[in-house]
Amino acid sequence: MFLVTDYNVRALLAILTIFGRSLQLHVHMYPLRVLFHIGRYISMLGSAIARPEKNIMYYRETIRQMYDIGIGSLPIVFLISIFIGAVAALQFAFQLDGTLVPIYYIGYIVRDFAIIEASPTITCLVLAGKVGSNLASEIGGMRQKEHIDAMEIMGVNTAAYLIAPKLVAALVVIPMLVALSAFISIYGGYLAVVPTGWLSDPEYALGVRSFFNPHNFRLMFVKAVTFSFILTSVSCYQGYYVKSGSIELGKASTNAVVFSNVLILLADYFIAVLLT
Amino acid sequence: MIRADSIFKSFGDTPVLQDISTEFLRGKNNLIIGRSGAGKTVLLKLLVGLLQPTKGTVWYDDIDFYSLNKRQLRDLRMQIGMLFQGSALFDSMTVQENISFPMDMFTNMTAKEKLDRVNYCLERVNLDGANKKYPSELSGGMQKRVGIARAIVLNPKYLFCDEPNSGLDPKTALVIDELISDITKESNITTVINTHDMNSVMEIGENIILLHNGRIAWRGSKDDVVHSDNEILQDFIFASPFLKRLRTKALERG
Ligand SMILES: Nc1ncnc2c1ncn2[C@@H]1O[C@H](COP(=O)(O)OP(=O)(O)O)[C@@H](O)[C@H]1O
Ligand SMILES: [Mg+2]
Repeated sequence: MFLVTDYNVRALLAILTIFGRSLQLHVHMYPLRVLFHIGRYISMLGSAIARPEKNIMYYRETIRQMYDIGIGSLPIVFLISIFIGAVAALQFAFQLDGTLVPIYYIGYIVRDFAIIEASPTITCLVLAGKVGSNLASEIGGMRQKEHIDAMEIMGVNTAAYLIAPKLVAALVVIPMLVALSAFISIYGGYLAVVPTGWLSDPEYALGVRSFFNPHNFRLMFVKAVTFSFILTSVSCYQGYYVKSGSIELGKASTNAVVFSNVLILLADYFIAVLLT
Repeated sequence: MIRADSIFKSFGDTPVLQDISTEFLRGKNNLIIGRSGAGKTVLLKLLVGLLQPTKGTVWYDDIDFYSLNKRQLRDLRMQIGMLFQGSALFDSMTVQENISFPMDMFTNMTAKEKLDRVNYCLERVNLDGANKKYPSELSGGMQKRVGIARAIVLNPKYLFCDEPNSGLDPKTALVIDELISDITKESNITTVINTHDMNSVMEIGENIILLHNGRIAWRGSKDDVVHSDNEILQDFIFASPFLKRLRTKALERG
C-alpha cells in the first residue's frame, strides 16, 4: 500500500523538480545555446573577412595551407576513390547481371555516381575527419597556449589571419581533390570489372562516354565548394573558441568532425533538392 | 603611464576583481602581486583588452582604452609588448621568425633591416646566435628571453609580463627580472609585471599592488615591504615559518 507520508511527498516533489529543470534545460537552454553558437560563428566569419595587415603574410600562409591540405590529403583521396569506383562498379555489375539493361551502362553509372554523389560527399566527409580535426586542434592548441592572445596583442586580426587563408586554401584545393577523386573512381571501377571479365575495355569506355551531362560537373563543384567551406569554417570555429584543458581540445576536434559531417550531409540533401 | 579606473570584473556571478584603481608609472617596474588565483592574469588581460571589464575603464596616458575603434586599437597595440606566462612562442617558427613576426606583419622593413633588428634583440637578451633554433629546443629560461626579445622588437612604450619567472629556478628567474628591469630603464617603458615570486618583489618592485580577494590589499615599493604591518602582505611575502622568523630577527636588530 502506498503511504502518503511526508517523506514520499518530498521525494515526489524532488523528482518533479528535477524533471522540470531538465525539461526547462531542453526547451529553453538548448535552442539558446544553438543560437549563441550560430551567432558567434557568423561574427567570427565576419571578422575573418577583412583587409590583410600584410598581403604577403596571408599569401604565404595560404600557400602553406594549400600544400598541407592538398598534398597531405592525396594518398587518402587516392585510396578511397579507387574503392568508391570499384565497389560501385561491382555492385552495379551484380545488379545488372541477367537484366535487359546493356552491360556497358556500368561505365555510365559509375561515372555519374562518382561525379554527382560519391566523390564530393565521401571525399569531403573523409577530409572533415582528416583536415577538419587537424585544423581544430591546430587552432585550438594556439588558443590554449596563448599564441592567439600573443598575436592579438601585436595587433593582428587573428580571426582573419588564422581562418581566411585556411578557407581560401580549402576552397581552392578541395574541389580539385574532388575532381581528381571522380577520375580515380572511374578508373577504380575499370579495375574492378574489366580485368575480372564482367565487360571489355571498349564497353567500359563506351559507358563512361555515354549520356554525358555537363550540368553534373557543375553540381559536383557546387557540392565540393559548399562542403569544403562547411568543413573548414566549422572546424576553425571549434578550435578558435576552445576552452582550456586537453579534454576540451579533444572535444573540439571531435565536434569539428561530427558537426562538419552532419552539416555536409544536410547540405548535400538541400543541394539535391534545389539543383537536381 | 597607464591608469586603471575603478575596474570590476566578474565571470558569470563570480566576482574576480572589485574596484581596482591604480596607476602604472612610466620607466618603473610596476608589480601586480598576489597568490595564485588572485586575479593577476585577469587584471593584466583587462589592461591590454584581451578581456573586457564588467565596469570601469583603462587610460593609456590620455587615451580611453575601451573607447578605441579597431584601427586605433591596432595602432595602440603596436606600442604594446607582452610576455606570456608560457612564453607563447609560435612553435612552427624558428626563434628568428618568431621575433621577426611583428615586423613582418606590420612594417615595410627590408629583410636586412629586420635581421639586424632580430640580432640586436637577441643580443639584448643574451641569446646571440640562437636564430635558427626552434622553441622546443630551448630551455624554459631561454624561451622567456626569446619572448622578451619578441615583445620589445617594435620598441614598445608599454611592456606587460605575466609571471615572467614562473617555472624557472631562482637564479634564472633573477636574470630574467633584471633583464626586464634594465630594458624598462633603458627605454623608459611603462612595465607591468605579474608575479607571485617574493624574490622579484624584493629585487625590482618599485610600484607594487597586492591583490587579495579581488581587491587591492596593499600598495607600496620594495622598501616599504619589510616594515609594513599589513598582515596580508606579510603572509604573502614571508609565507614560510622560516622566512617569518628571519623577518622577526631582522626587525629586532633594527
Ligand atoms: N575565462 C574565465 N572564466 C571564468 N573564470 C575565470 C576565467 N579566467 C580566470 N577566471 C577565474 O579568475 C580567478 C583569477 O584567475 P587568474 O587571474 O588567472 O589568477 P592569477 O592571479 O593566478 O593569475 C580564478 O579564480 C579563475 O578561476
Ligand atoms: Mg596567472
